[in-house]
Amino acid sequence: MYNRKIRGPLVEGNKTFSQISKEILSPMETSPGLWWYVAFGLASIAAVFGFYAIYITVSRGIGTWGVNNSVGWGWEIVNFVWWIGIGHAGTAFSIFLLILRQRWRTSINRAAEAMTVIAVMSAALFPALHMGRVWLAFYIFPYPNTRGPLWVNFNSPLFWDFIAITAYLLISFSFWYLGMLPDFATIRDRTKSKIKKAIYAFFGMGWTGSSHHWIRFESLSFILGGIAAVLVVSVHSIVSTDFAVGIEPGWHTTLFPPYFVVGAIFSGFAMVMTLMVIVRKIYKLTDYITDNHMDAIARILVFISLIMGTAYTTEVFIAWYSGNEYEMFTFFRNRITGDYTFQFWGMIICNALIPQLFWFRKVRRSWVGLLAVSLLINLGMWFERFNIVVTSLSKDFLPSNWVSYNPTYIEIGVYLGTLGLFTAGILLFFRYIPIMAISEVKSVAHIGNKKDD
Amino acid sequence: MKYDGFHWGLAIDLNLCVGCNSCVIACQAENNIPVVGKEEVRRRRIMHWIKIDRYYSDTPDDPKVYFQPITCQHCDNAPCENVCPVSATNHSSEGLNQMTYNRCIGTKYCINNCPYKVRRFNWFRYTNNKAFDFNTASDLGKMVLNPDVTVRERGVVEKCSFCVQRIQEKKLQAKLENRTLRDNEIKTACMQACPAGAIIFGNLNDRNSKVSGIFENPRRYHLLEELHTLPSVGYLTKVWNDEESKS
Repeated sequence: MYNRKIRGPLVEGNKTFSQISKEILSPMETSPGLWWYVAFGLASIAAVFGFYAIYITVSRGIGTWGVNNSVGWGWEIVNFVWWIGIGHAGTAFSIFLLILRQRWRTSINRAAEAMTVIAVMSAALFPALHMGRVWLAFYIFPYPNTRGPLWVNFNSPLFWDFIAITAYLLISFSFWYLGMLPDFATIRDRTKSKIKKAIYAFFGMGWTGSSHHWIRFESLSFILGGIAAVLVVSVHSIVSTDFAVGIEPGWHTTLFPPYFVVGAIFSGFAMVMTLMVIVRKIYKLTDYITDNHMDAIARILVFISLIMGTAYTTEVFIAWYSGNEYEMFTFFRNRITGDYTFQFWGMIICNALIPQLFWFRKVRRSWVGLLAVSLLINLGMWFERFNIVVTSLSKDFLPSNWVSYNPTYIEIGVYLGTLGLFTAGILLFFRYIPIMAISEVKSVAHIGNKKDD
Repeated sequence: MKYDGFHWGLAIDLNLCVGCNSCVIACQAENNIPVVGKEEVRRRRIMHWIKIDRYYSDTPDDPKVYFQPITCQHCDNAPCENVCPVSATNHSSEGLNQMTYNRCIGTKYCINNCPYKVRRFNWFRYTNNKAFDFNTASDLGKMVLNPDVTVRERGVVEKCSFCVQRIQEKKLQAKLENRTLRDNEIKTACMQACPAGAIIFGNLNDRNSKVSGIFENPRRYHLLEELHTLPSVGYLTKVWNDEESKS
């Protein structure tokens, strides 16, 4: 029979089921190396600095940041959108690849979903912190209250944002957690420590692995997957309306929702790649996350990069084609040339040009290449958000309002803090939760292996 | 946009404005606007509710100077209003774009979405704060405060209110005297202080009011009217008599 290999075996090395359980759980069952403690220490230092910055922000006021009368949103909103974008990895991986029946996702989706949950929590910190009176943040909750009742403004994109992000956090957390039930049960059954057994038994919710459990598990996954599929598209579309509903030049555009969603998936996949390159190297999981896996992610990235390039070109073209002098100024005098050229060209180079290196098989197969390009994409996506948020505000309609914006160390500190929290969260995840969905990996262990062909 | 009773409006004649800044200071005194000091002004966090923009044309040796007082335009289709998640800024039945300080949570979305950038944010606590020992910190400094106007908390947005406390005062007085308001009876602080009489406040619904008359002037235009914000502030464009100055 003619057999054309599109992709190699999904799990290499002809592993038995017990071998798979053992190898995936080994990061949890063996004590972590020195690198883990060093990395966790550094992440904690960053997080502590972040908490200090948050303390200063809340106790003294937003004035400790660099924002001003014209640029009301600075780094905090840039970082918010950046983290939310990264938080699209998990659902994009789990849902889109599930719908497209890409079974190679099984060894990656657990980590991607964990990343999503932690990234969305980091992101959610910023909209709260950027409020002048964060202690009254509950005014944005729509519930019958004793203040009138005074309802929220249902027309405001910030309110939609609040709903979208809350829903996304809840759904992606449920999806992630419920997907882990069988694995928690596996740990419960394997561990010899009584305390560990009790903890994982609690989180395993009495999973026995009976057919009933599996049937319910499968149908629940599909239901949650269906809801999450909508959210992948809706969350970043709604975040984009924060800008698209505004009248600022460079914000007021119908291109934003699809452009933001694609950008979010781009940064999410890039972050997954960064993480996977590191994980497979450190934990020696190259049999599970094979070169073919990385190759597939790289191919997706090069495709999305082309979409991003098209979007950037479209934006600039429409600014010129509209003949709107404010739009023209923003794009041609304040981005392509002017004070913010570094950020603009950084965005173009990192997001549209450098990922084109993935056309070369050599780059797709080298871990240095993968790591470097994926990190540059994340940097480029940060530049993109900076471009959108800051350049439009800094020089808009009336020249008397033109300002430049520079962050203070407090703002930078909050960002470093979220980076620290994110890293610490990921490290804890490595340590206490199976990196891959063991049961799902077992289900694809035979695919592409010689024995089976 | 239709208003049944009053529709407050402001006309500013740029021919008359000499850029003396009296309106800025009068507004500051009337509305308890905190003085924030040099460092904060340098960071572009001045709190003035009305400001005077300066523009130059012609050659640097012999420039023409243009002054333009800019305050909240009280847009009838205000971009700031629909983006506030808690409706802290909303439109009154008399065409005022009003700020509800108690409701404001300080997302600053309105500041970003205002094309005139006339909204001001309380970046720090200026009241009773020794770091800003000007007019809102010490007992002596506070002697200048106007008891009719709220002092704003840290983290809320504020902006020109068309001196709503004066509007309410005169409306109440007229009601007690059982009569209608007379034109020019309400004077905003900027209007009262303007030595050239360049600023006129009044009821746009009253065809005989002075402000309506000025709005009929062919020199009238609105700032950034192409954005369709429908401002309640109208400007009379500056006209130069070049022939006379040449001779």
